[in-house]
Amino acid sequence: MIKTDILIIGAGPTGLFAVFEAGLLKLKCHLIDALPQPGGQCAEIYPKKPIYDIPGYPEVLAGDLVDNLMKQIEPFEPTFTLGERAETIEKLDDGTFIVTTNKGTKHHAPIVAIAGGLGSFEPRKPPIQNLANYEDKGVEYIIRDPEMYRNKKVVIAGGGDSALDWSIFLTDVASEVTLVHRRNEFRGALDSVEKVQELKNLGKINLITPAEITAIHGEQHVTAVEVTKKGEAPITLETDHFVPLFGLAPKLGPIADWGLEIEKNAIKVDNTLDYQTNIPGIYAIGDVNTYPGKLKLILCGFHEATLMCQSAYQRIFPDKRYVLKYTTVSGIDGFDGTRKEAPKAVVKAIN
Amino acid sequence: MSQDINIKITDRDGVTHEVVAPTDMAMNLMEVVRSYELAPEGTIGICGGMAMCASCQCYVHSDHKLPEMSVDEDMMLAEAFYVEDNSRLGCQIQMTPELEGLEVELAPES
Repeated sequence: MIKTDILIIGAGPTGLFAVFEAGLLKLKCHLIDALPQPGGQCAEIYPKKPIYDIPGYPEVLAGDLVDNLMKQIEPFEPTFTLGERAETIEKLDDGTFIVTTNKGTKHHAPIVAIAGGLGSFEPRKPPIQNLANYEDKGVEYIIRDPEMYRNKKVVIAGGGDSALDWSIFLTDVASEVTLVHRRNEFRGALDSVEKVQELKNLGKINLITPAEITAIHGEQHVTAVEVTKKGEAPITLETDHFVPLFGLAPKLGPIADWGLEIEKNAIKVDNTLDYQTNIPGIYAIGDVNTYPGKLKLILCGFHEATLMCQSAYQRIFPDKRYVLKYTTVSGIDGFDGTRKEAPKAVVKAIN
Repeated sequence: MSQDINIKITDRDGVTHEVVAPTDMAMNLMEVVRSYELAPEGTIGICGGMAMCASCQCYVHSDHKLPEMSVDEDMMLAEAFYVEDNSRLGCQIQMTPELEGLEVELAPES
């Protein structure tokens, strides 16, 4: 069981900055994120795109903002459960919470701060009838264990990096690799595109473009898929696996069933006070929350994280008096023993 | 002098809305849809308008001359679902006076 003071769900910019504000109050944080790396959308969707409205930064790349935040919170030693989705929450008699992920990792904390953005990133599923019936029966949206495909026939669909890279990789594992894409053009890295061309010429990848998978066949397990080229009759292709790789899209997911008030696909919070939800002890900050006048901006998430931490402190230590301190005045005492502070003025007489 | 234009947007339930869009605020079609709340928040404009998610895909029914498709938009549509010949990403269609009378339909959520 992982124990912490504030359990943050979502390691995007808002969740990361919450670690800093909590650290100033000597509260420890642990973050859960469905993605394998911290940074949320900034890292997953647009790391190389500039952001112009972070106060004090005339221009900053989204990926650099994440790197900077990671550096800023380093003294407060945040810990992470990455690549796992927060699935269930349980409120104990003492008012604390246990959050369990889809892989069964349990986390215990008195405060839960949901900084989940637009939700956890899930694979995009193509609209093919009965697709769901074949999940884990030959249809996989993520390749977790390539060995599963050893000496099997695999059909991959998609036109991005992951479709290209896995097609290349599986040529050494699977008995037959087919790549199906709706266009003749691919948008992946040039190296990958050229490699696929080379493997196609060698007959190691069966490339079918422009085409789409339009049906899946099989009784208990996938045995074939139907490939349709525009304006032509579908052909049936025998296969053991069908792997659609169409990228990820955020979905609010299991959090929607936690008994929180939801409005417009977001969690309602009290914006007059501390961004707490209808369940005391659970807060929602950043893009995942909603209140009158809500703006989905990183800078607003930072503000919400700050107020949330002050309220969390009061909740954990109801009897302690505290006033806000300025980092310029008090410096920063890291949990790792480091200290940052403004240089002291030196008094020295001039003779 | 700024000019507002009248456009028709058919939502995902098949209901057509006649709306007025400003042309002086650098708004795109996806943002117009959001400003009138014609699709639930969180189901449109997910990437914020960078042609990186296709949640604002729409079908263009009128024969207006639209801005040329960028490589980004073209490649995103190549991986989107429910794509038709008249599919475009709403976030890539800027509101300009030339688009007076534009008629579009939102593609299904995916």
